Amino acid sequence: MTRALLALAGRDLRLAYRRRGEVLTPAMFFILVTTLFPLGLSPQQELLRSIAPGVVWVAALLAGLIGQESLFKGDFEDGSLEQLLLSPVPLQIIALVRVLAHWIVTGLPIVILAPLMGLFMNYPSDAMGDLVSSLLLGTFTLSLLGAVGAALTVGLRQSGMLMPILVLPLAVPVLIFGAQAAAQAARGEDPAGALYLLAAMLVLGLTLAPFAIAAAIRVSLES
Amino acid sequence: MSSLHEFLTMGGYAAYVWPSYAIALVVIGFNVAAPLKRLRRLKSEIRRRGGRA
Amino acid sequence: MDKYSWAWFHRFASPPYVYRVAGLLAPWFAWAAALSIAAGLYGGLWSSPPDYQQGDGFRIIYIHVPSAYLSMMCYGLMAVASAVGLIWRLKLAHAVAVAAAPLGASFTFLALITGSLWGKPMWGTYWVWDARLTSELILLFLYLGFIALNNAYEDPRSGDRAGAVLALVGVVNLPIIHYSVVWWNSLHQGSTKFFGDSAQMATSMVVPLLAMILGITLLFAACLAKRLQAELLARESSASWAEEAAR
Repeated sequence: MTRALLALAGRDLRLAYRRRGEVLTPAMFFILVTTLFPLGLSPQQELLRSIAPGVVWVAALLAGLIGQESLFKGDFEDGSLEQLLLSPVPLQIIALVRVLAHWIVTGLPIVILAPLMGLFMNYPSDAMGDLVSSLLLGTFTLSLLGAVGAALTVGLRQSGMLMPILVLPLAVPVLIFGAQAAAQAARGEDPAGALYLLAAMLVLGLTLAPFAIAAAIRVSLES
Repeated sequence: MSSLHEFLTMGGYAAYVWPSYAIALVVIGFNVAAPLKRLRRLKSEIRRRGGRA
Repeated sequence: MDKYSWAWFHRFASPPYVYRVAGLLAPWFAWAAALSIAAGLYGGLWSSPPDYQQGDGFRIIYIHVPSAYLSMMCYGLMAVASAVGLIWRLKLAHAVAVAAAPLGASFTFLALITGSLWGKPMWGTYWVWDARLTSELILLFLYLGFIALNNAYEDPRSGDRAGAVLALVGVVNLPIIHYSVVWWNSLHQGSTKFFGDSAQMATSMVVPLLAMILGITLLFAACLAKRLQAELLARESSASWAEEAAR
């Protein structure tokens, strides 16, 4: 089974590499959205520092969501999603591997770019590590939630913005604790509590989301 | 409540209390009327179609 | 399980049976609701004394609290119905969830509006990001998302199942969302926890409130019964029992 999963992950990563442009759009979106805030408000350093945790987190959330849209679309359209159902590997595990591979390609760049975005928003550099930690924990949970939304809407012809609308309310706790962790770190307080809660949500997501994703894939394929 | 006047003005808060109940009436009224209307429409459609499934 | 209990279960799970029962129960619920609401409003709007701090403005509570309570209870109902529908493949259960959703959304909307109108004279603004209102707002989004997803599917059976998955994901998330919002709210000392401390309510306030909660719940049940009837009739419009019922 491990070989099959590695093959699946390898395939996903190879495909992502071939569609590099498409895959880097979430990262670009992340940068653009963050940039919009100083432009829309003011370049004043104090203001930016005060809103930095929230802005970086909201931008990461939205960018991550954009990235999730394409999670199953390609495979759905060419029929490979149905093939996955036939695999001896449980669909839940396939889903998890798919989300992981996708996150490496879309979520990880966001985590890596975060310090740069923090710099744009005048986020204190000594707290940068906590900002990155919060995003590392949070973006994977968001990927899991986004995957549920993507699986539920992949079969719809005109889903438009439906997937983000479904997922954003569910993402609120991750946003709250993630942004709070970053804000606490920026203030010099210990963000451990919020980070542990983020980790707990990640564990919960890892345990439960695959079932929801698998169920949603089945529903989408049968319609 | 000591008087009709106090009831109507809600001690000065009438502008908040009465609209609340009015909106509640509208929302609940809609939720009562809509399914009844839908049932009527469905029944008449089924009757019209009657026999020819 | 022996075959007799399955027979009972199957009879209960048949659309024409539920259609009939819902039709019979609805008027009873409605009348009981009317009585309870009348009693509650009399006690709440007339006979109970004004509040020490809020004067007569607090009387919005008699519609706000039942709405908020119902908005949450309805989501729980939707989640249970969704689980039953998915696990036992009962279309009837899905019909209950789909029928309940607009009702739940309506009451959530009502809770938000009445909460906002209550807040204006108390805090000076029509909206504050307090824990309760913010949770209700997110709950409204969850309801609307369910309705949107359900409607987006062309095949109603798949739409049912997709909505059911979403409802279950939502119900697991709800306590987490609520907890995170309460925590978020408590960090920022600016906003007051206004709706929180109702533990000290006088009996003259509690009794009408309970009557209203009961009454609105019964009203909800009556509306749900009617909606369920319409939903079942629409889904099975070509069945012979439907033609019987339409006469």
